[in-house]
Amino acid sequence: MKEDKILLSHGSGGKLSFNLIKKLFLSNFNNPYLERLDDGAVLNIEGLKLAYTTDSYTVDPLFFKGGNIGELAVYGTVNDLAMCGATPLYLSCSFIIEEGFSLSLLKKIVLSMREASVVARVDIVTGDTKVVNKGAADKIFINTSGVGIVEDGVNISGSNAKVGDVVIINGPIGSHGIAVLSEREGLKFETEIKSDTAPLSSLVADMLEISNDIHVLRDPTRGGLSTTLNEIALSSKVDVEMNEGDIPIQEEVRAACEMLGYDPLYLANEGKVVAFVPSEVAPEVFKKMRKNKYGEESKIIGKVVRKSEGKVFLNTTIGGKRIVDMLTGEQLPRIC
Amino acid sequence: MKYVDEYRNKEIAQKILRQVKSLSKKKINLMEVCGTHTVNIFRNGIKKMLPTNINLISGPGCPVCVTPIRYIDEIIALSRESDFIITTFGDMIKVPGSTSTLEKEKANGSDIRIVYSTLDALEVARNNPSKKIVFMGVGFETTSPTIASAVLKAQKDEINNFTVLSVAKIISPAMKTLLDGKEVNIDGFICPGHVSAIIGSKPYNFITTQYKVPCVICGFEPLDILQSIYMLVKQIEDGRAEVEIQYERVVKPEGNKIALDKIKEVFKVVNSDWRGIGNIPLSGLEIKDKYGKFSARKFEVEIEETKESRGCRCGEVLRGVITPHECPLFRGVCTPENPQGACMVSTEGTCAAYYKYN
Amino acid sequence: MCLAIPGKVKKIFDNHTAEIEIGGIVKNASLDLIDHVKEGDYVLLHAGFAIEVIDQKEALEIFRAWEGIID
Repeated sequence: MKEDKILLSHGSGGKLSFNLIKKLFLSNFNNPYLERLDDGAVLNIEGLKLAYTTDSYTVDPLFFKGGNIGELAVYGTVNDLAMCGATPLYLSCSFIIEEGFSLSLLKKIVLSMREASVVARVDIVTGDTKVVNKGAADKIFINTSGVGIVEDGVNISGSNAKVGDVVIINGPIGSHGIAVLSEREGLKFETEIKSDTAPLSSLVADMLEISNDIHVLRDPTRGGLSTTLNEIALSSKVDVEMNEGDIPIQEEVRAACEMLGYDPLYLANEGKVVAFVPSEVAPEVFKKMRKNKYGEESKIIGKVVRKSEGKVFLNTTIGGKRIVDMLTGEQLPRIC
Repeated sequence: MKYVDEYRNKEIAQKILRQVKSLSKKKINLMEVCGTHTVNIFRNGIKKMLPTNINLISGPGCPVCVTPIRYIDEIIALSRESDFIITTFGDMIKVPGSTSTLEKEKANGSDIRIVYSTLDALEVARNNPSKKIVFMGVGFETTSPTIASAVLKAQKDEINNFTVLSVAKIISPAMKTLLDGKEVNIDGFICPGHVSAIIGSKPYNFITTQYKVPCVICGFEPLDILQSIYMLVKQIEDGRAEVEIQYERVVKPEGNKIALDKIKEVFKVVNSDWRGIGNIPLSGLEIKDKYGKFSARKFEVEIEETKESRGCRCGEVLRGVITPHECPLFRGVCTPENPQGACMVSTEGTCAAYYKYN
Repeated sequence: MCLAIPGKVKKIFDNHTAEIEIGGIVKNASLDLIDHVKEGDYVLLHAGFAIEVIDQKEALEIFRAWEGIID
C-alpha cells in the first residue's frame, strides 16, 4: 500500500519521520548545513559560529506531572542549541491558538515560559500570535526558534562519533513519555513519575569546560534513546554497543512499560543528553556531569566498538546480545 | 519488580544453558506457540545463547497475525459508518486489510479509539449513549474472558450501545492442525503460559498422547523460557512425552474455572478462519445468540472484496515452515513501516521480531 | 500472545475491583475473573483484569531447583 496521507507515525520521531525528512525535506531543501541532520545548524557568519534551531510543540495534555507545554517550548529549543555545543542566547516564540482557548490557561503557560527563560538564561526577543477557527488546531501549538554562540574549537555533530568513544547519558530514561501517557484518557494509572523536562545548557557548558573535544551531543526526545543512538551510528558510520544493565530506568517507568507493552528505549525524554566522549577525557567529563544538578544520575551506558554501516547492539541482562533498531511508528499500548 | 526481576538472573541463566548443552547433542526443533514468547526470546537474545542443535520455531500464537483480512475489512467498513466508534487494543491499529488500515481510517476522520481494557471500551459506550460502540474482540483464551466479562457487565448495566465484533480464537486446535499438516518437524511445544492460566494443562493432553510430542507450559521471563527449554530437552532425551507445567506460580492443571465459565456463558465455539492457515474446525469463539444484541455482527455493512498482498508468505511463517528471511518480500517491500502481512505489523509477529532484533 | 504482569493487591473495593501496585505505579483492575484473593496477594494482570493469583511458594521453586546444581 502506497502512502498518500500523513499518519501520526510520520511525526513520531521514528523511521517514518526519518524517511519523510530524508526523501521530502532534505532532497528539496538540500544544503551542507541541513545535510548533517543535527538538532540545529551551526552557521559560520564572518568568523562567528552561530547555532540556529527551531521546534514546534504540541502535547496532550498541556499540563502534565513535572511540566507543561510552555516550559517544554523554552527548554526544548534551549536544549537543541546546547546539543550543538552552543551557549543559547535568544529565542523567538509564536503561538497558534484555537478559538475559545482559556485566557487564564494561556497566562499560566506564558508565566511558565518566562520562568523557564530565566532559568535557562535566554531572552524571548520576537514572536507572533495566530488564532485559528475552533477545530483547526488542538488548543494551542507553540513554535520557538533559538540562536546561540558556539565557541571556537567546539565541533559537535551526530556524524562525529569515533571508535573508542564512551557513551554517557545524564540520568534515567523514559520519564517524560510515561508522565504524559499516564494522564491520557483511557490509559489512566497513578504514578509519581514526573517528566524530566529540564534545560541542559549549564550541563553542556560544564562538560565543554573539561574538554572541547566532545564528539556528539544529542537529546533523545521523540523516538527515545534507541532512535537517537541509531541516528548517530548511521551518520557516523560506526557500531554502538550498550549494556542493558547499565541503562538507567526508574522502576516505575519499567513497570508502566511492562504493563502497556512499551519499550523504555523508545520513550521520549525532555531533559536527557547522550554524549559521545573520547575515552581519554571520558572519566573527567563524567565526574563533572555528576556534579551538575542535571547530571547527578549520569551513567556510562556503552561505547563505539567499530566502523561499519551503523548499527546499535544491546548486551542483554541475562547474557544475550541483540540489535536495537529505530522506533518504527509510534508505540501503542498493546495486550499481546 | 517482584516476580519479574528475579527471573532475569544471569548466573542461573548460564547454569541452565550449560545443563541444556550437556543434556543433548541431538538436533531438536522446539516451537514457541505464543508471540509474547517470540518477542521475549528475541529481546533477551536467547536464540543465539542456545547450543546450535536447538532450534526455536515461532508458531501461530499472535492474535494480530492470524486475524483474517476480511475481519479487518469488516471493522473498517463499520468505522466508515456514521455514529460508530471503534474501540480496539493498540495492537490492531496498523494491521493491513485489503486496501486500508484503521490507522488510515482514523486519518480520514473515523472515530477509532485505543483502549487498554474491554472495560475502557465499556466506559466509552457509557459516555457516548448516542453512538454505536464496536469493540474489536481479538485474542486467545487469556483475553476472551475479559471480553465475556464486559458483555456480561453491559447486560447487567444495560449499556445497550456496546457491541463486540468477535474473532477470538482457541489455541489448541491450531496446534493440532500444525501437527496434522506435517510441514514442520516439531519435537516439543513451549506452551503459552497466560492462555494456560485460563485453560489449564488438559487441553494439551492430546498432543502428548496422540502425537507423542512433549509440552511444557512456560512463563515469560528469560529464566522461565530457558528452564522450559531444559525441561523439553530432558523429556526428549528421556523418551517421555508429557504435559509439564514450568509456570507453576501461575498455572494450575485445572485452569481458572471462573474465567472458563464466563467464556462458556457468553461464547459458542465455531469454525474459524486463521490468516495464513485457513479454516480450522472449532477454533473460534462467537457471541451466543442469547447475547446477540451485543454482537456487532447484527450490523449489516458492505465489505470490500478481499485482496491478499501478493507474494506475502505470512502463512508459511505462521506455520513455522519458513523463517522470515525466506520470504521474498521481507526487508524489501515488507517493513514495519510498510507491512505487507500481519506478521510484520504486530510487535509480536515473527517477521517484526526478526526484523527488529536480528 | 498475551502480555500480563504481576502486581500486588493494595485495596479491594466492593464492586469486584482492586487497586493493584506494579513496581510503584497503581492501576485499578477488575477482580471479575478470580475469587479467593485478599489484600497483599500478588495477582497477574492482563488487559485490566486480574486473571490469576500468584502462588508465592511455587514462585521460588525455580531458584531452589537450580541453587543446588553445581556444574
